[in-house]
Formats: sequence, structure tokens, C-alpha cells
Amino acid sequence: MMGHWIIAPVVLPAFMAGLMVTAMRNDLLLKRVMGVTSIVLLNAIALALLWSASTHGPQVYFLGDWPAPFGIVLVLDRLSAMMVMLLAALALAVVLYAIGSGWDAKGAHFHPLLQFLLMGIGGAFLTGDAFNLFVFFEILLIASYGLMIHGGGSERTRAGLQYVAFNLIGSSLFLFALALTYSVTGTLNIADLAQKLPDLPEGDAALLRVTAVLLILVFAIKGALVPLQFWLPGTYANAPGVVAAMFAVMTKVGAYATLRFGAMVFPPDLPATGTLLHALILPAGLVTLVVGAVGVLGASTLPRLVAFGGIASMGTAFTAIGAFTPATTSAALYYILHSTLATAAMFLVADLVIRRRAHARLTETAPPIAQSGLISALYMAAAIAMAGMPPLSGFLGKLLILDAFRDQAPLVWSVILVYSFLMILGYARAGSSLFWKPSAMEAQPDERAPEGLAFTATFGLLAGLVALTLLAGPVTVWLGITADSLYAPQDYIAANRLGEGG
Amino acid sequence: MEALVAIAIGVMTAVGLYLTLRLRTFPVILGLTMLSYAVNVFLFSSGRLVQNRAPIIGTGETYTDPLPQALVLTAIVISFGMTAVIMIMAIGGFLESGHDRVNMSGRDQDDGGPEAGAADGDAAGEGRA
Repeated sequence: MMGHWIIAPVVLPAFMAGLMVTAMRNDLLLKRVMGVTSIVLLNAIALALLWSASTHGPQVYFLGDWPAPFGIVLVLDRLSAMMVMLLAALALAVVLYAIGSGWDAKGAHFHPLLQFLLMGIGGAFLTGDAFNLFVFFEILLIASYGLMIHGGGSERTRAGLQYVAFNLIGSSLFLFALALTYSVTGTLNIADLAQKLPDLPEGDAALLRVTAVLLILVFAIKGALVPLQFWLPGTYANAPGVVAAMFAVMTKVGAYATLRFGAMVFPPDLPATGTLLHALILPAGLVTLVVGAVGVLGASTLPRLVAFGGIASMGTAFTAIGAFTPATTSAALYYILHSTLATAAMFLVADLVIRRRAHARLTETAPPIAQSGLISALYMAAAIAMAGMPPLSGFLGKLLILDAFRDQAPLVWSVILVYSFLMILGYARAGSSLFWKPSAMEAQPDERAPEGLAFTATFGLLAGLVALTLLAGPVTVWLGITADSLYAPQDYIAANRLGEGG
Repeated sequence: MEALVAIAIGVMTAVGLYLTLRLRTFPVILGLTMLSYAVNVFLFSSGRLVQNRAPIIGTGETYTDPLPQALVLTAIVISFGMTAVIMIMAIGGFLESGHDRVNMSGRDQDDGGPEAGAADGDAAGEGRA
């Protein structure tokens, strides 16, 4: 059992960030060392939590030892442990890339902000309380605002402003939803909600439906589900490349929360909501796929292209989540693992290209970039992963999703297959204009440092994808059990020991 | 009292939404603040509206629910902090670009307004490199 270690993914980055801001303000080297140390420790903790969650089942940490549902709880179950592990692994690649590429030297507080972001996202994955989820959302958002405008520049600041405004509206919606939840049920503990909602009086059903839709709207904003995806391309394309890579896991917070609430709190067999969420999310996911694919084809710059690829991958994930069955959920989880790593790798590759190229536009050729051979190979591997072609895990993820949707094959299969084709087309076209067309032009001499660490980080993410492909068998078995436990949350509820406090 | 509070929340939300949809950052921030006022009152009333009762069990025959008060306190602090952040970013954006229009400019933006491209010129889109 993990005891106090459950809160470590929240406390450790918070402590490190505070330490960096106060004690090592002007010492970049010390901040780098501390940042990497903290994230390596986070990886070790996440691994231990993952092992504990898969062997011992859900475990609860009562903050201040207040009994649930009166106090706030953190719940470690298989899903939250998996997401924390994913977060820690991605953070390691991102921090190494930031150091290798020198991005962290372009502004004052990259490392502390990254630690605060880890604290917020880790907390959002672990919390077992809906209002606490809001608080962690705000923590991760306020850190992401700082990271988004890291490095400055008028375009970036103004894109950041839109991002902040959009998310503040989302936060207001979240609070409306939470107030409604509390006024209907009298509790905000997720396990308590899951237990109480089936016994709610008939007259509250309408309010409950409004609550469910409001909550899903908020998570859809985070997850960039159409029609709430407008903030994403501008934000990701204008954010520093390394920050955009880190943001790849932020959209997954939306997917995670949708899954947590859609499967446990508002399951399909709840009479008040029924298949309402299914009917909303599934079509929205399919439209998101189409929008993402069209965006990939039409994008004018490489970062925008990758951002639309990220939207398409969220569409795939939400399509699979929206069915709310254990089989599709398991496929969705595999795809979430894959697409986080793949999107992050693609953003890092895009950043490698952009910083070497004369301009970011895809429509006009520029002189060949330095280290063109290596970067084009990385681009090809990342594009294969993003488009979901064999041999990488994107193909397996899509296969699992297609297999889980056998009963709705005509609609879902055709959309997913057509969009995959459009993605291949978009990435191939962008790749040829980035790497092939310039070969006719004179190469420019390059005085840039080789950036070994940055390449290591990018290769690390691709290695993660390869590992996910090779270990697909055991991973899908593990994810299958995880998905089943989401739809039979007795253990999760029992771990909260709800009856004992009151 | 219920009707009065409900109308107040509704009016504040409507004003907030209208201002949020404006094209300059200052009204947008005012609108966001208005929205957060509305949501705070809404959150407060989620524990039911009770008059003249302490939020402590045992001090009287009935008591008012203390939890929404704790929630709204958290929400006020957070929205206060967020308003400060967006204010700083708006000022930063205004000082760097010389205007406070909300929409983007430059060729990087596919959905910018018609006059946006002319204001900043093409150079703005290339600031990233």
C-alpha cells in the first residue's frame, strides 16, 4: 500500500517549484539540475504508484485525515496511476528537450512553471473530489498561461490572451456545473456521487442532465472537442514548441475527466442521463476527426499542421470514449497513451525544423535546414505515428478502436479510415515541401550547436512509441482490466469508506 | 428573495457574456469578471438561501450549509488571481503590439478579421524564429 506516497506527485513538484522561485531565481544551471531531479523522482514515484494500483486496487489518501465525503480525498486507481505515469514520462522528455534546445533560457521561469504544471495535472488525475478537480484545473491552467507566453513576443502574448479568456469562461462553466451538482446531490465527492445519483428523486433528473452536459462541456473545452476546439490551433501554434509538446497531455486531462465522469458518475445505465452523453460525445468526436484532418490538409505552417493533428487525435480518443463500453474505453486508453507521446514527438520535431528553417510557412520553400537527414527521418517516424500507419502504435490503437466499433462499422469505420488517409496525405505533402523541395536550393552554413540532448529527448518519445507497440499485448490486457474497473466502481467507492465518517 | 437572487445572477451572466464577446480586451476582461461574480453568487446559493442562521450546527434550531461558503471563498480567490493574470497579459499584449484588439493578426492566422492583417503587417507572423 502506498500511504502518504499518493500525494507525492502533487507535493513534490509544488515544493520544487517553490524552492526554485525563491532560492535559485537567477541560477539556470541549478534550476535545470533541480528540474530534472524532480522529474526523475516523479517518474520513480509514478512507477511505484502504478505497481501498487495494479496489485492492490484503488487506494485513498484522506487529506488531513478528514473522512470522505466531508474532507477532500485523493484516489489512486489504475486509471489515475496510468495517467500520472504518462505525465511523468512525457515531462522527462520535455524537460530534457527544453534544456538541450535552450528554450528554458529564453525566459525567467520555465522550470518552476513546468513543475507547477506537473503539480496541477498530477493532482487533476489523482483527485477524488469534483471541486478539488476544479482547483487543480486552475493550477494547471495558471501554470500553462505562464508557459504559453514563455519567450514573449507580441503574437504569442496575444494568442495567450485568447487562450486565457477561453479558459476563464470554461472555469466559470465548471463552477456553474459544480454548484448545480452540489445543489442537487449535496456532495462533490466522486465516489459519493457515483453512489447517490441512482437513488435521486425523479424530479431532479432534469437538473442532473443539465449538470452532466455542463460538466462534459467543460471537459470538452479542455479536450478540444468540436465545436470547442477553436482555442487549440492558435495556442499550440504560437506556444514555444517544447511547451506545445507538454500541452499534449493537457488535452488528455479533458479526456480523462470525461471518462471518469461519463463512466463512473453518469454511467450509461443511470436512468436520469441514460445515453445522453453517448449521443453528444460520439458525433462530436467524429466531427472533430474531420475538422482535424481538414486542418492538417489546409494548414499554412508546420506548428498549425501539428496542432490540427493533435485535434484529430483527440477526436479519435473522444469517439472511442463516447461509446462508454469497456471494450471501447480500453481502446481509447491505449490510443490516449499513444497519441500523447506521438503528438509531443511531432511538436518537438516541428520545433527542431522551425528553429533551423528560414520561415515557418509550408507554402513557400526555404533553403535546406541543417541536420536535414536526421530531422527528416524523425519527422517521418512521428508522422507515421500521428497518421496511424503500421508499424507504430498508432496503427494498433486505431485497429483496437475499429475492432471495438464493429457494431457501428459503416459510420465510424468510414470516418476513421477516410480521415487516416487525409492525414497521410497532409503529412506527406508537408514533409515533401519541408525536406525534398529545398534540395534544389543552396544549403546554408550552420553555426548551431548540435543539440544532442534535444535529439535524445525526441528519440526517447519515439522509443516510447516503439515500446508501446512491442508491449501492446500485456498493455491491452492491463488496460482491459482498467476499463472494466471503471464501469464496476465498487472497489473505488469502497476505498473511500463513505459510511464511516458520518 | 429567491427571485431577486435568480434575476441578479441572470442579469450578471447576460452582461458578462455580452462583454466577453466584445472585440477589445478591456471589455472582455470586465465581462469575465462579471461572469465570475455571477458564478460566485450562484455557487453561494447552491446550499439553499437561508436567512439569519449561523453555519454552525448546534447554535440554533436550524443552520445554513457551510460548504458552499467555503467553496465560494476558494472560487473568489481563484478568480481574483486569474483576473490579475489576464490583466497583466492584456497590458503586455497592448504594450508589445500597440493596440488591444482581441483577434489575431498576421498571415499565421487563418481566421483573422479583415482589417487585422493590415494593422500589423507580415512581419508579425515571423516573430517565432
